[in-house]
Amino acid sequence: MSLIDISGNLLFVAFVAYLVATLLIGGSIKSAKPDGAAGRATKWGQLAIIVTIIGFLAHLGYFITRWIYSGQVPVSNMFEFTTAFGMFLIGAFIYMYFMYRVTALGLVALPIALIIIGWAAMFPREVTPLVPSLQSHWLTIHVITAAIGQSILAISAVAGLIYLLKVIDAKKKGKERFWLEAVLYFLVIIVGNIAASVAFNVVGYEDRYSYINKDEIELQIIYNHPPIFGMNESTAITEGAMEPLIEMPAFIHAQKLNIVVWSLLVGTILYVLIRLIARKRIIELLNPLVQKVNLQLFDEIGYRSVLIGFPIFSLGALVFAMIWAQEAWGRFWGWDPKEVWALITWLFYAAYLHLRLSKGWEGKKSAWLALIGFGIIIFNLVVVNLVIAGLHSYA
Amino acid sequence: MEKIVCACGHENPLGTKICSNCGRPLTEEGKSQKVLDMKYDGSAIRSKTHNKSFVDKVWNFFSSVKVGVALIIILLVVASIGTIFPQEFFVAAGTEAGKALYYETNYGSLGTLYYNLGLSDLYSTWWFQVLVGMLGVSIIVASIDRGIPLHKSLTKQRVKRHESFMRRQRIIAEGAVTEGDPSKTLYSVEEKLKKMNYKVRHDGSALLAEKGRFSRYGPYINHVGLIIFLLGVMLHQLPGMHVDESMWIRDGETRAIPGMDGYFLESKKFILETHDNDPTTAQIQQGVAVIAKNYQTDVVLYKQSDDALPGETNNLEVVKEYSIRVNHPLEHDGYSLYQMDYRLNELKEMTFSLTNKETGTVLGNITIDLRNPKSEYVIDENTKVELMEYYPDYTGFNDEGKPQTATPNPNNPAFIFNMITPEKPKGEISFVAIQQTVEGSGASENTYKMAFTGVDTINMSGLTIRMDKTIPLLIVGGFIFLLGLAIGSYWNHRRVWIEQLADGQIRLAAHTNKNWFGIKKEIDALTEYAHLPQYVDQLVDEKEKEKKDE
Repeated sequence: MSLIDISGNLLFVAFVAYLVATLLIGGSIKSAKPDGAAGRATKWGQLAIIVTIIGFLAHLGYFITRWIYSGQVPVSNMFEFTTAFGMFLIGAFIYMYFMYRVTALGLVALPIALIIIGWAAMFPREVTPLVPSLQSHWLTIHVITAAIGQSILAISAVAGLIYLLKVIDAKKKGKERFWLEAVLYFLVIIVGNIAASVAFNVVGYEDRYSYINKDEIELQIIYNHPPIFGMNESTAITEGAMEPLIEMPAFIHAQKLNIVVWSLLVGTILYVLIRLIARKRIIELLNPLVQKVNLQLFDEIGYRSVLIGFPIFSLGALVFAMIWAQEAWGRFWGWDPKEVWALITWLFYAAYLHLRLSKGWEGKKSAWLALIGFGIIIFNLVVVNLVIAGLHSYA
Repeated sequence: MEKIVCACGHENPLGTKICSNCGRPLTEEGKSQKVLDMKYDGSAIRSKTHNKSFVDKVWNFFSSVKVGVALIIILLVVASIGTIFPQEFFVAAGTEAGKALYYETNYGSLGTLYYNLGLSDLYSTWWFQVLVGMLGVSIIVASIDRGIPLHKSLTKQRVKRHESFMRRQRIIAEGAVTEGDPSKTLYSVEEKLKKMNYKVRHDGSALLAEKGRFSRYGPYINHVGLIIFLLGVMLHQLPGMHVDESMWIRDGETRAIPGMDGYFLESKKFILETHDNDPTTAQIQQGVAVIAKNYQTDVVLYKQSDDALPGETNNLEVVKEYSIRVNHPLEHDGYSLYQMDYRLNELKEMTFSLTNKETGTVLGNITIDLRNPKSEYVIDENTKVELMEYYPDYTGFNDEGKPQTATPNPNNPAFIFNMITPEKPKGEISFVAIQQTVEGSGASENTYKMAFTGVDTINMSGLTIRMDKTIPLLIVGGFIFLLGLAIGSYWNHRRVWIEQLADGQIRLAAHTNKNWFGIKKEIDALTEYAHLPQYVDQLVDEKEKEKKDE
């Protein structure tokens, strides 16, 4: 077995471990009824942490073996970066756990990491050779520091989500209930994205089409999802390939749109199924799991993770980025979309801190801000990399 | 100026919320609060005390955190709008019309709107810069407004605080010592607090333990760093502060470096290397055949001798030899040369043979250096070719019917030759461009033609030359910013006030600017060690408390 296979297997082990740990934490909270079973709950919780740490070590093993195999830090394509982000998120969770000793954080942190890793695995997993601009030790320093900063900031959203799940009354109609449910619906959509990709991969769906791009050049494209939306003037190359239902103009990348629509479709079906089976909103389903949490403490964990993560993010995503840009291009700032979105993330958390310190935005308001902040981080990862073109574009 | 006189007799400036001497709340709001608002330790901030003159109004506007946050949010939203479509500097179009066309063809009417609104060059618009400037002013004003009063109140803290202050702290304990001799309590409290690195001060039977006070200055330090950084960015735009030039250089060529007076650069060779990997899935999906591995220009940097005339290339002194690669610029004397672009197989020389159209007899070959063409090429004493006109980048005929060139670069050379041969000693005119030979008026009667026989190509490398005198300022600003951020984030200011009342009872209050979890752990340890009464956290939900008690 070569090193890259070992690396892949270690990642799989990590994934399974996080899955098991999620169930264990669920169990620890379920059994924590006021019937004197608190001791049992702590045991389940401790077991969950041990399994999480085992998973994290396997994940780290994946990272290191892949690094040794490829000779380059594994953060240079969508699969690698997103997987690493998931790893740092788990790392940040473990760190916060040992700081505050609350397993309930894992209830949200672990599933989010699972979704992130699952989503990452949908991208091509080969090692991509580095273009000259990426061949720098700053790739390692800048990307890892920025990702660590982001993952600690993400913990504030984890704490915020738990806070809101407890504090928002799922039975009372209102804006807050709607938006919190919308956040969870969005998570289900990503699961839908993964489910659709896995399903069509299992049946081996692949069709090739040729199309005319906006510069009037004929190109080819591979569809791994049946085409609802076809590229501009597309014609099937694969024999017996399905005709797209709707053909899109050249300035829209129909293949990407197609994936988004499939995700929405499958995710919505999943969501409807959950609602039909449970006869409850997801927030209502999760509400009993967070009844035990100490709101004051989760508010503080949320704030603390911003305090810890913000300087690291500033260092990695702005300062190191500027040093590298100066070394590679002779200008420390170039208004590249990724740079701009790093600045937006930074400004947003600066606003969070000022609102909290001076305007007393604590508790619910702080928790909502943390969720929006995580939304910006995810936007920066997904949309800026895949949709908006620029120096950091992987699309 | 008006003063507020506290019950303890101390005079506080107007706007003070908590008496700086004894700690009594001075406002009705403060008196009704269960837990005091300890922001700026209750000191009077300028913006809350002056509101008369115009200056006051401007000051108050910029000192407001609400305004500051609003500016941050506006900047954030505006900055994001700039990423919807590519900015103009990423668009490879030279003219205004070309740019307008780019946005129209790629993004339709939305693109045109984007371009017409100026959003396509958003970050250099005056209003964007004004927004950044306003944020800068807000940072300065708000920091002075709050920083100075805070500093004053932190440096003149009294040890003993009034019970109305103590009881309005979030963490408060009152009661008898749970074990041992109460007369030794303060002694063991002090011992324990010192072990936990607190600085302890006494005032009779009261003591104040404090640590991490410097962390309160963190936000002000990081704001100073930000201001220095912004100052650097502003200075950057002043003339003479930076050089930003570019040059194309051919293999083997020696050229003066633009923006770097007295220096010359010789390119020995441009090297392009590619990875020899099997195409990855991503490559196949995107139709990328090969991935570049290295862009490199091997150069020699020369300096003119001090007594040389400008442009003189004799007596050049070698400064250094270097291989410029991406991420590895050539650095010298504050200047850096970066590998930015390249062109392979640029036309270098063209060879023509002077050929008799009928017989095919070749009288001789001439080779034209496309960068430095000669005016005539002599084959023998009766035969020569005169180069009458040369169009390096021929783009067709203009309105007056004359050939024209777009650039001085030999991308599409065209020539007008005068061919002097033994048969035609007066010469014959011929216009030659790639893929076409247009002969002059009555040219079909020409006996001879210039037949294209070959071309020699050369690689060229695109370099940029940069120098920026503001970089040291940016480094200083960035460093101070990070330092302040770390101080403010990773340390916190914890204070514990303890007083032993006349009857031996203990009153303890504690405050931290952040991380209540951390201070509570310390107070827990202190309580256990010195057998103090159990404290309460006045902000913890009553419900939580009930649940804990269960």
